[in-house]
Amino acid sequence: MTLAIDVHELTRRFGNFTAVDSITFHVEEGEVFGFLGANGAGKTTAIKMLIGLLAPTSGRASVAGYDVLTQAEEVRRHIGYMSQRFSLYDDLTVRENITLYGGIYGLTDTQIRERGDALIRDLRLGKTADERVSALPLGWKQKLAFSVAILHQPAVVFLDEPTGGVDPITRRQFWEMIYAAAARGTTVFVTTHYLDEAEYCDRVSIMVDGRIAAMGTPEELKREHRVATLDELFVRLARPDATAGTAADHSSASGYE
Amino acid sequence: MTHRSPALTAFMTKEVRHILRDRQTLTILLLLPLAMVVLFGFALRNDVNDIRIVFVDPAPDYATTALRDRFLGNGRFEWVATAPAAADVEQFFRRGNADVAVVFEQGFAGRLAAGTPARILVVSDASDPNTGSRMQAYAIAVIASYQAELGAAGRGVRIVPETRMRFNPTLESVNLFVPGLIALVLTLVTALMTAISLSREKERGTLEILLVSPLRPWQIIVGKVLPYLLLAFANVITALLAAWIIFRVPFRGSITLLLLASMLYAMVGLALGVFIAARTSSQRAAMLGALTGTMLPSTLLSGMIFPIASLPGWLQPVTFAIPARWFIIIARGIMLKGVGLAYLWQPIVVLAVMLVFLMLLAIRSFKPRLA
Repeated sequence: MTLAIDVHELTRRFGNFTAVDSITFHVEEGEVFGFLGANGAGKTTAIKMLIGLLAPTSGRASVAGYDVLTQAEEVRRHIGYMSQRFSLYDDLTVRENITLYGGIYGLTDTQIRERGDALIRDLRLGKTADERVSALPLGWKQKLAFSVAILHQPAVVFLDEPTGGVDPITRRQFWEMIYAAAARGTTVFVTTHYLDEAEYCDRVSIMVDGRIAAMGTPEELKREHRVATLDELFVRLARPDATAGTAADHSSASGYE
Repeated sequence: MTHRSPALTAFMTKEVRHILRDRQTLTILLLLPLAMVVLFGFALRNDVNDIRIVFVDPAPDYATTALRDRFLGNGRFEWVATAPAAADVEQFFRRGNADVAVVFEQGFAGRLAAGTPARILVVSDASDPNTGSRMQAYAIAVIASYQAELGAAGRGVRIVPETRMRFNPTLESVNLFVPGLIALVLTLVTALMTAISLSREKERGTLEILLVSPLRPWQIIVGKVLPYLLLAFANVITALLAAWIIFRVPFRGSITLLLLASMLYAMVGLALGVFIAARTSSQRAAMLGALTGTMLPSTLLSGMIFPIASLPGWLQPVTFAIPARWFIIIARGIMLKGVGLAYLWQPIVVLAVMLVFLMLLAIRSFKPRLA
């Protein structure tokens, strides 16, 4: 079985500071992989190296079977990316945004039309398809942004905190969309601050100070570390000096902003 | 094009949509050249009118009378007095009653007829040196045109006021402004607008998405700037039409050459805009950067308003680095002198070199790997 993401001793230093410290992991095809870590743990730096925005200091990584350093162009062609910030253009309509990203990823006009229609139907955007994206509520925008990020049916899609600021119902719908994409064979690499969402992942890794402190299925991790929720484990790993009492004070849905 | 690079086409379509959708900005940009030509033409023209003139004519004859009539018929000069002796001039200046005095020699007509030098002294109030030299130049222009008339009539003439105003005999400053205005408008729509539009993508995070996409950095830059190049083209046409219709600014040279030179200059501005956007982190910073980095020097150090020769010595070499300086030389050359490539290849080459340099700089600064 080929690996969707294969990372070997990947390291990135900024001067004396080591943001990502020799991490090694892999993600299998069709997996939903949760990439967790507190702010400043090195998640963003790691993602930037995987999507070709940042060169590694040492180590190697391949995405969709292509080396991120030597085959960056092929990598870009085979991935989708949804950043923390809104990826679509507010002053363009839903359909124009679809046409733009379809065109950038080399879809034919027919493909753009067919997939665009399907997308608009699935998201029930029918009436608003020709309205500017700025008019949509935040939850809809995020769902649309995700759909556009996988419009070209990439091998791997990177989602950087996709559900920030979104209401619980929309988050649930969002995760249904993630599962649907994974079922179609797209590997999902997702970072999140919501630890209840992490429980939805096939496997998760937790980054602390540039290293991967724990990795496995949510069940394995909970059993291994004898905790009731991933939230508890996260707090224990991310803040070793925090007592068990303060950890329990966090509700499982809270973010760590 | 559609077949070769659908990604670039899709990206450019989006840029055009951005521009067309922002109606207010588009309207302002399209009307800008018109507004500027009108404003600069009427309000900022350096022409001096209503120059109060005193004649000193100790022995009036047909020549001095004719010349005096020329002055008064010119429209710029306003008669104050005709004094018998040069000594009287002093009091007019001291009381502030006159701007220019024209002193004729005795036996002026006789000397003209004999072919010996007939001398005229032009004294102007130079308390404001700019105005002073300009008034002086107007007076000399009047004398020169009279002299030319006499010369054409076949008489031996020896009034010899040196004039360097061959190309702009009436000294209409609006003529000199228009090339500078084109430079200014182009700088605005190219450098400023690309800087803003690109830094907006940076600020909103969409640039990151583009850099992760299969689009190459050069495609992002080309897609970004090409629509603005079209806008710049429309602006040059508007400025030229406005200048010609409202002020009858002459156009002596090749319009094709001017349009080509304008596009070259516009590309320099676009590359500068990309560079500024790459070096700043917010729209606001990019806008301020573009204003101080391109608009100010294009206005003040390009020779558009202040002649480069009148700048302090240490500042003059700085003007070599200002693209507008070279474009203005080209535009003035084509519009007012009617010269072509043979005379203008040097500034054109300078602009082309600047373009290549800035483009390399711009593409370099947009390398997707930020390492």
